[in-house]
Amino acid sequence: MPQMNMIQALNSAMDIMLTRDPSVVVIGEDVGYFGGVFRTTDGLQRKHGEHRVIDAPIAEGGIIGAAIGMGVNGLRPIAEIQFADYIYPGFDQIASQLAKLRYRTGGDFFAPVTVRTPCGGGIRGGQTHSQSPEGLFTHVAGLKVVMPSTPYDAKGLLISAVEDDDPVIFFEPKRLYNGPFDGDHDKPAVPWSTHPGGEVPEDYYSLPIGRAEVVSAGDDLTILCYGTMVHVAQASAARLGVAADIIDIRTLLPLDVATLKQSVEKTGRCLVLHEATRFSGYGAELVATIVEECFYALEAPVRRVCGWDTPYPHAFEWEYFPGQKRVMVAIENLLEEE
Amino acid sequence: MQVSCTTCEGAMSNKPTLHIPHPPARPGDKPDFSYVALSDPGAVDRPEVNTSVRAMAYLSEELIRVMDDDGNAVGPWHPHLDERDLQIGLRHMLLTRLFDAYMVRMQRQGKISFYMQSLGEEAISVAQSMALRPTDMLFPSYRCQGLQVARGRSLVDLMCQCLSNTNDMCKGRQMPVMYHWARGKIFSVTGNLTVQFPQAVGWAMAAAIKGEDNIAVAWIGDGSTAEADFHHALTFAAVYQAPVMLNVVNNQWAISTFQGFAGGERRSFASRGPGYGIASLRVDGNDFLAVHAVTEWAAERARRGHGPCLIEHVTYRAGAHSTSDDPSRYRPRDEYASWPLGDPITRMKQFMQKSGCWSDDQHEKLTAELTQHISESWQDAESYGTMTTGPFLDRSELFEDVYRDMPAHLIEQRDELRRLIGED
Repeated sequence: MPQMNMIQALNSAMDIMLTRDPSVVVIGEDVGYFGGVFRTTDGLQRKHGEHRVIDAPIAEGGIIGAAIGMGVNGLRPIAEIQFADYIYPGFDQIASQLAKLRYRTGGDFFAPVTVRTPCGGGIRGGQTHSQSPEGLFTHVAGLKVVMPSTPYDAKGLLISAVEDDDPVIFFEPKRLYNGPFDGDHDKPAVPWSTHPGGEVPEDYYSLPIGRAEVVSAGDDLTILCYGTMVHVAQASAARLGVAADIIDIRTLLPLDVATLKQSVEKTGRCLVLHEATRFSGYGAELVATIVEECFYALEAPVRRVCGWDTPYPHAFEWEYFPGQKRVMVAIENLLEEE
Repeated sequence: MQVSCTTCEGAMSNKPTLHIPHPPARPGDKPDFSYVALSDPGAVDRPEVNTSVRAMAYLSEELIRVMDDDGNAVGPWHPHLDERDLQIGLRHMLLTRLFDAYMVRMQRQGKISFYMQSLGEEAISVAQSMALRPTDMLFPSYRCQGLQVARGRSLVDLMCQCLSNTNDMCKGRQMPVMYHWARGKIFSVTGNLTVQFPQAVGWAMAAAIKGEDNIAVAWIGDGSTAEADFHHALTFAAVYQAPVMLNVVNNQWAISTFQGFAGGERRSFASRGPGYGIASLRVDGNDFLAVHAVTEWAAERARRGHGPCLIEHVTYRAGAHSTSDDPSRYRPRDEYASWPLGDPITRMKQFMQKSGCWSDDQHEKLTAELTQHISESWQDAESYGTMTTGPFLDRSELFEDVYRDMPAHLIEQRDELRRLIGED
């Protein structure tokens, strides 16, 4: 099986969709001739032409708005926003237009737009290159929201996102682009070739939107997580020798409630992780779902480990990032709770 | 599939085709700046500061220049600065350039995480700063370090910000170069583009409301004019006739996309101003004297109540976008050598030598003095801490300044972090 990092896997997904479907186009800042600031669209313009892989002016609202218009006129745009931190000028187009077009026109108009955007911290990016704004988008009815944690998932889910007739906000945890980062920044970086998720078929395949994945199975507790935190959870549980059901949510909306429920009914204990700030974060939705669905199976309160409720600081990146230490303390406390 | 010339096809077939702007030269090509519209030095007239927008609309397409290719200052925009001011201007430009070069080296050595230099654009920040009053409020982009230098900021303070150390004005919260200086009236640099443009207009509106004659001045790049905030700023500035100076530094490149991708192929960026009803001027951004003169003119217009100005500075981004960028992937390596408006420091030096107020010997001495000043400043800065060695900022600083008074949930989170650190 070929090895790919997440950038190559995403590139492969776009390449395949551009080849299979003449209505697919890619648009974004620096995505064309240059191949993207993270190299995710490298070579795509050369191969598919500059009318299909299109450099855009620096205007996120313009990129999303134009993608909606293209979508209404029969294309299937993949819009890249260079950093999730820069998506807000496009937020009105996403929240008021893209998300609600089908509904307000009684199903007569829709725009099958995929918005790809790198998110998350761990690259010394400070507050303008580190944010995890997924919770702002899962709060908008009409959007689907995806965040993969491996190259294999990234490719399969991006292909599904592009094929989906509904708008998909596709978050790419940028710290995972080149390797499965587990939160330990002192350790030398490991490449994706060391991880089974780095095995990625060359050809077309898709993974369903709406399905979580149990990445490791155990009876002690359930850990709900996505993106970079999947790897932090695995490393933390392994260090403690705890047998955890670790569930990679993968598609935040729609949420695979059945998989979550089955696990928590088995373990009775649940920890929720994300890098985004805690207050009104996506984790609150997970906790509420577990409490509503599994209340009588719970042996302890559901707990969260999240980013602090502050902007992402440059100097204190690792004090901010919810790393293994915080996760291990939370696991230990949760297992002790009566 | 080969990329074809869509412009030609479009013209031939008489039906709409998607036009994709192409820069004149890519890596390996011969640089070609024939697209840059030039006026002769001294050829553009200088209207009264109360001239109507309509009557001066042509100034948005001409190019105001003072220095000619031989180092003479010519024409009605010649600001006739005294010797001392010229020497200060040159000093600030040179200091900015040497400081930038030093900080790029520090980034390469892993001592700071990131840097952005202003190589080739020094005249704009320095001349504009000198032509303004210290009480005018500045809203800089991330390539305006010359403003800090010219307003007298200590290099140690700038370096400490880049080091995120115990003397960092941002308390470790911002990436390098995102400076601010409340006392020096320089607003906070942000990574988000164009957001300062409408904010500067609001600051100027407040000055007018309060009856003060301080003006606001803001800077963005050519690429950033594509953001909606550009439109918001020009609309509000025009509607309220706010005392604001809005600068577009057209350095030809926005990371990998050339100015055509911001809509600069057919009309100048300055020419957008008259459409909004804003007086607009296009100036040679590598000509210290021209930038100084245009800034003085625009400041006087705003201060006397004749309304806002839009200024396009035509220049060239001689360095990479940032230390994360590699421009040799998208433009010819030697493009700067062909830039028709030369280098701002070289030209200023040539003019001053020709005027008899500068010599090679003085230049050499100044370079040595500034170089030493920079390395001494760096030693000072490092004494406040580096990224790897102490002293370090108190980590619970992370929770300060989110609000004026810390709410209960942040107090809890701060205490949780303290407990975690205590377990180290």
